Amino acid sequence: MDQDMCSLFCFSADIISTVEFNYSGELLATGDKGGRVVIFQHEQESKNRPHLRGEYNVYSTFQSHEPEFDYLKSLEIEEKINKIRWLPQQNAAHFLLSTNDKTIKLWKISERDKRAEGYNLKDEDGRLLDPFRITSLRVPVLLPMDLMVEASPRRIFANAHTYHINSISVNSDHETYLSADDLRINLWHLEITDRSFNIVDIKPANMEELTEVITAAECHPHQCNVFVYSSSKGTIRLCDMRAAALCDRHSKFFEEPEDPSSRSFFSEIISSISDVKFSHSGRYMMTRDYLSVKVWDLNMENRPVETYQVHEYLRSKLCSLYENDCIFDKFECCWNGSDSAIMTGSYNNFFRMFDRNTRRDITLEASRESSKPRATLKPRKVSTGGKRKKDEISVDSLDFNKKILHTAWHPKDNVIAVAATNNLYIFQDKIN
Amino acid sequence: MFAKGTKRKFSDPGEEPALGAELGPVVRPLSSTYSLQRQSLLDMSLIKLQLCHMLVEPNLCRSVLIANTVRQIQEEMTQDGTWQIMTQALAAAQCPADRLVATEVLCRPSEALAAAQKEEEEEEVVVAAAMEEDVDSEANPLSSSSFLPAPFGAEPGWEDEEDDSEDEDSEECPSDAEDVPDSRRGDQVFGTFEIKHPAPPPDPALEELFSDVDPSYYDLDTVLTGMQSTPKMGPYDLLDSLSPHAAPALSTGTSCRSDLNELDHIMEIIS
Repeated sequence: MDQDMCSLFCFSADIISTVEFNYSGELLATGDKGGRVVIFQHEQESKNRPHLRGEYNVYSTFQSHEPEFDYLKSLEIEEKINKIRWLPQQNAAHFLLSTNDKTIKLWKISERDKRAEGYNLKDEDGRLLDPFRITSLRVPVLLPMDLMVEASPRRIFANAHTYHINSISVNSDHETYLSADDLRINLWHLEITDRSFNIVDIKPANMEELTEVITAAECHPHQCNVFVYSSSKGTIRLCDMRAAALCDRHSKFFEEPEDPSSRSFFSEIISSISDVKFSHSGRYMMTRDYLSVKVWDLNMENRPVETYQVHEYLRSKLCSLYENDCIFDKFECCWNGSDSAIMTGSYNNFFRMFDRNTRRDITLEASRESSKPRATLKPRKVSTGGKRKKDEISVDSLDFNKKILHTAWHPKDNVIAVAATNNLYIFQDKIN
Repeated sequence: MFAKGTKRKFSDPGEEPALGAELGPVVRPLSSTYSLQRQSLLDMSLIKLQLCHMLVEPNLCRSVLIANTVRQIQEEMTQDGTWQIMTQALAAAQCPADRLVATEVLCRPSEALAAAQKEEEEEEVVVAAAMEEDVDSEANPLSSSSFLPAPFGAEPGWEDEEDDSEDEDSEECPSDAEDVPDSRRGDQVFGTFEIKHPAPPPDPALEELFSDVDPSYYDLDTVLTGMQSTPKMGPYDLLDSLSPHAAPALSTGTSCRSDLNELDHIMEIIS
């Protein structure tokens, strides 16, 4: 937080719906509302400017999902990419999972920089010769060519979710992954597409009794038998897959007691958890609800160990935010590589970073005006009192259409990716 | 504490508003601002639940949260007594045939009623029909316990009442109220009707409201896919409960009609 952040990159596309670095941080994938995936690659530092890290350039673009039509229900299935998760790299190719509301796809992204030349199988006009006309055996040679990055769908995991998929998470065993919709969580094997195991089912027998849905789920980063899922009532359940085939009974139940003095009709809505993320260490997890980010120690279920207010000044505006539906916005959150800092988005293209050690926080803005290349970002402040200081912005001036829902932090470096509607910003800290 | 000229508290036990006495807005320890805000929140929530985008399945999480909010408001209003005022006023403005049903309901004995409070069993026909809106044919005074919002499945249409409450100025409701009909009677009524899983004729008021929606479509959905397997959010659930299940089945002939509608629809799809 003490280091300045400067703008590195800005890219415009359709409305970005997910952002994710891969395990090394070399690649950054974005998914958008139009079903496209765009992957950026970190270029090596240039020798001319060694004091800055390299830039991110477009590496590959492909159409992951297409709009579909469910004929039985006469409803469209949106092609919007809800989540992208990378698989750990095992060979030269890169693999990622991308999902829309109903279907998960495994994509292989591979490079081709050589081509085979010297075949004698075709005549001068390019037509294939009859085999009996070919009288000599010629071994083709590999010649370099311009780098071509190809994306091909390797697996399609379909028809397992009645409700909208909100999360996918790759297991630490690198063989399985889970997918969660509003009421169910399924466990897949990456090689098997025609069946999955249902491990959580909270659908009531009578749908009229439905009062709670699953909002997010994630596998533990090290223990392949453990996963968590969050609910719309502000609770998190940790489940152990060794305990039973169906993990409807949780092993741990995390819930903070409600503060009775702040109870209102909106209490439940703002307690709904929009994102849950394990720390890299696996010892903590972080949850994001409408107004705050909470860090939980997995060994303590009755309350979080840290709570950070993201935009407490909105608490008095909840009725308006309910009216314009902003209260249902699902913000994500992320850890930095060392788990010492966390980041989440807000409105007016603001995003917030919190240092867990120093307890300092900063508000920055992702906008073209403040993101001249290499320019240092200026901290922003929202004035909460009556007197508005210079450079502060008042709550009523905030643009609630400019929301930062998706952010990602490089797994090793202080490089962050921030999606502001249809613009992707990449910021890094300046190395002095 | 109360301003001069304040009307009596509506649900004050042991005190019975005299017949014909005009009851102003319910004066509770709550401020009227709070009541207004709460009512406005309720109305807003119901509109949100109803305005479902037809083309893409609505967000289940959002719908659940809104429905829970409505439920909370309703529970609080029930405790305040404002709920009964509103529903009674709504029940007051009905078409004649249903009023008879309402009367019948009121006359039904209930042990809880006997224990709770002394009431005049008055026909609601007498209640001035100040409400001139075309209220739907929902007959029964609604009980608090059966008010659980059910946007996720078929439910006898308490939501009709909600729908109507948007049309009227809620502040006027108490002016027509006389007794508090026993809420638990409604419970009995709903218990009966729930068992039947009614498929009554589409209500004309609702038909107009949702005229671009073919109600038989939702029947088809129920028939083909069953209640369990489909995420019946949004158009299905709320409208399911509103439209085909708007009023309890008062006659059996209605089920034939909805079957025919389904058949028509199936033929349409096949051809």
